[in-house]
Amino acid sequence: MSVATIPTPMTRSPSRLALAGEALAARGGLVLLALALLVFLTVPLAMILVRSVEGRGGEFAGLANFIQYVQSPALVQSTRNTLTFAMMTTLVTVPLAFLFAYAMQRSCVPFKGVWRNIAMIPILAPSLLAAISFIYLFGNQGAFRFMLDWVGLNSIYGMPGMVMAMTFASFPHAAMILMAALALSDARLYEAADSMGTSEYRKFMTITLPGAKYGLVSASMVVFTMAVSEFGVPKVIGGNTNVLAVDIYKQVIGQQNFSMGAVVGLVLLLPAVAAFVIDHIVQRKQQALLTARSVPYQAKPARGRDLALLLLVIVMSALMLLVVGMAAFGSVVKFWPYNLSLTLNHYTYGFEEAGLEHAYRNSLVMAAWCAVIGAAVTFAGAYWLEKTRGANLLRPLIRFQAMLPMAVPGMVLGIGYILFFNAPSNPLNFLYGTMAILVLSTLVHFYSSSHLTAVTALKQIDSEFESVSASLKVPFYKTFWRVTVPVCLPSVLDIGRYYFVNAMTTISAVVFLYSPRTTLASISILQLDEAGAIGSAAAMATLIVVTSAVVTGTLFALESWLIRRTQAWRNTAPR
Amino acid sequence: MSTDQAPVEALRLEGVHKAFGDFVALRSIDLVITPGELVCFLGPSGCGKTTLLRIIAGLERQTRGRILQNGRDVSNAPPAARDYGIVFQSYALFPNLTIAENVAYGLVNRRKSRADITARVQELLTLVGLPDAGRKYPSQMSGGQQQRVALARALATSPSLLLLDEPLSALDAKVRERLRGEIRQLQRRLRVTTIMVTHDQEEALSMADRVVVMNQGGIDQVGSPSDVYERPETPFVADFLGKVNVLKGVALGGGRYRVGTAELLLPAGEHGSGQDVRIYVRPEDRHVEGDVASLPNRLRGRIARIDYLGTFCLAELRCEALGQPMLISYSLNQLHDLKVREGGEVEIALRVDRVRVFADQAGSR
Repeated sequence: MSVATIPTPMTRSPSRLALAGEALAARGGLVLLALALLVFLTVPLAMILVRSVEGRGGEFAGLANFIQYVQSPALVQSTRNTLTFAMMTTLVTVPLAFLFAYAMQRSCVPFKGVWRNIAMIPILAPSLLAAISFIYLFGNQGAFRFMLDWVGLNSIYGMPGMVMAMTFASFPHAAMILMAALALSDARLYEAADSMGTSEYRKFMTITLPGAKYGLVSASMVVFTMAVSEFGVPKVIGGNTNVLAVDIYKQVIGQQNFSMGAVVGLVLLLPAVAAFVIDHIVQRKQQALLTARSVPYQAKPARGRDLALLLLVIVMSALMLLVVGMAAFGSVVKFWPYNLSLTLNHYTYGFEEAGLEHAYRNSLVMAAWCAVIGAAVTFAGAYWLEKTRGANLLRPLIRFQAMLPMAVPGMVLGIGYILFFNAPSNPLNFLYGTMAILVLSTLVHFYSSSHLTAVTALKQIDSEFESVSASLKVPFYKTFWRVTVPVCLPSVLDIGRYYFVNAMTTISAVVFLYSPRTTLASISILQLDEAGAIGSAAAMATLIVVTSAVVTGTLFALESWLIRRTQAWRNTAPR
Repeated sequence: MSTDQAPVEALRLEGVHKAFGDFVALRSIDLVITPGELVCFLGPSGCGKTTLLRIIAGLERQTRGRILQNGRDVSNAPPAARDYGIVFQSYALFPNLTIAENVAYGLVNRRKSRADITARVQELLTLVGLPDAGRKYPSQMSGGQQQRVALARALATSPSLLLLDEPLSALDAKVRERLRGEIRQLQRRLRVTTIMVTHDQEEALSMADRVVVMNQGGIDQVGSPSDVYERPETPFVADFLGKVNVLKGVALGGGRYRVGTAELLLPAGEHGSGQDVRIYVRPEDRHVEGDVASLPNRLRGRIARIDYLGTFCLAELRCEALGQPMLISYSLNQLHDLKVREGGEVEIALRVDRVRVFADQAGSR
């Protein structure tokens, strides 16, 4: 082989400076993300720990606060109530959601899309909406109050109302998990069972249930955590039944006892973290359940089963619509249930009277910021975490912090924010009472799910894009912009939608952080309810549902338009 | 090579070592690749061949050792500071960019005029036989076409080194065979130094100038395809490439061996008397036609079974003297002409020139 004929390659490497810039961009993005999570998540949470061992004056008090807590019968009773509330909600919601999911995935019930969409409505609503509806229906002036006597209840206020409202609020979350779990099924297993002449009951017990068991655990943990952390529902319909989330609020806002608030926050953190850890372990196991060779199960028509399940989902959907419809109807009648003439007074005069006419606009602004900043930061953060190189010590730290918010109840995050940002010595103190802190706390509160969505989307695209770019000497951020973002745009829109809806409906963290100027629609429901203006409370809740629905619908339409427009290169692969 | 004029080196690996915690992925690899040759890293999955390629690309960092490209030390250089094009098993074509935009991806960054880029893209697409594909998207093309686009993109910036990571393994057998030839032709024409990772021995033997056979993180043998196939230096190489019978025997000294009750005279063997050995005989290393009776190393036995494989067949020979079954290959014509059939008696003679004898080390396969 003659050496002379080999053409000299045109090695035009990028300058050393450009390479250093690229490495800096890769590491810089990660450092910024880690710092942001540290300042806006971990340090505020750590402040709770610090504050819990301090006395009222800030002196070190050891475990005195904890001892005081244990010796306070009211607080211990709250703990018991909280656990009872969470367990009852779980026991009611998960079986119902399982039946619903089973009907959707394993039967030939008609109009599945309709039922599925109705079941998702509670996601668009603040949890308070259900509480208000149940007060309309079964409250002291409720139209159906007499029905309580049939089941031997004196009043809807307290545990019964709390569990009912929470079941409504948590139903879609459980149903989504269970539908996903039941969608993962290998038809081959059922065919093998059929070939051996197995009965329907035995197939259900030996194939369906074991296959869904991780989903059941996961759904239980999610519902349990939601109920444990719930503030709005017990506040509105809890009556004299106190729970921890309400106690924190009372300690901090009512009595200005930050140390005791911190202690209660820590107590609340325990069951939430336990549920999170169990869920995490279970989800890891789930991944090994299906192989690439599995063939998805397709339900075959079975008249009796399909009819029974259809009746069931009709009843469930009717109840869902009744709850939402009750609030909406209540908001447009003069005085439920005595004067049913229609009026828009609750929307106009009612808001003005309470000085809350700006609350809805605030919510829109906050939710829009959360959607835009959240989608950008979360996706870019996940990209930097998954696709860049270097800074390997930082990555596990960021991963852990990204998952942390899922285990932290909003009330706990909120008290952490007060303790940290309200401290006069904190240079970030200027954030306190601004719109910015509401946006920041909401972004952090809902970061985990969004982060997971982004990571999942990123993992679905070819892992070698960045390697190819490097070999072509194109910096990774150019590939991020030219390839990764366009490919993942539907997921980015999803994340924005998720942030928007949650920002519209959330109460827990922001209830500690709003100022009269920045009060939000969701919070104003509480204020209106406390002021006895339940018609206006229902009006505000209805406004939130409608807004969430319109924005969700718009973004869905945008997404499908986008996917259609890019059909040429999306999923048309002949291979 | 012992010429006084040392060949120019395209790539030199010195003691490249890679450990993931306690697991050693690569054991001190030394290798020199000369300009313009096509080298295949061949081995079973987990042998470290892909890790070695990724280290050469700078996508993975070696635990220790040096990498010199065209005499320049790039051991610690990031991927972008090295000079190579790469094609991955998945092709990694950007789905939202057209074929032309994909091929131009690395060119746009180099401050070239739009006309230059368009001309270069067209030149490359023509080179890989897809002159009219520029406006399409990757998902509108077949796997084989995507593979060629990936090749065009990797070659666009005229790198001095082309890295191919299992480039054909995602393709159908027919397409794979055709592309083998095309890549080989293209590589010869451009004289671009190429390293290809593969687990497919046929691919390696048919395409490579030199094959690097890897096993458990180390290099077992480096040589031309005929070197590694006909003169394997380790039992692993003999076993991994092609089919081979492994006969257990004992050395009797002077190139004589006993297998069962048969005695074989194998000039290749230089084992001391009494040494346990394994004798590697490929199914085709036998005489079956002509005057077998006059040859040494004759074996007589019964055909227990014939596996029909198309152009040739593998017959299982039960030879009582050997005490172990042995596979013998027959071409289709031989099968008919010699009237070989299941249950029939045959006599064969071993072709001793390619038979390899290795000392039987306890624990080795």
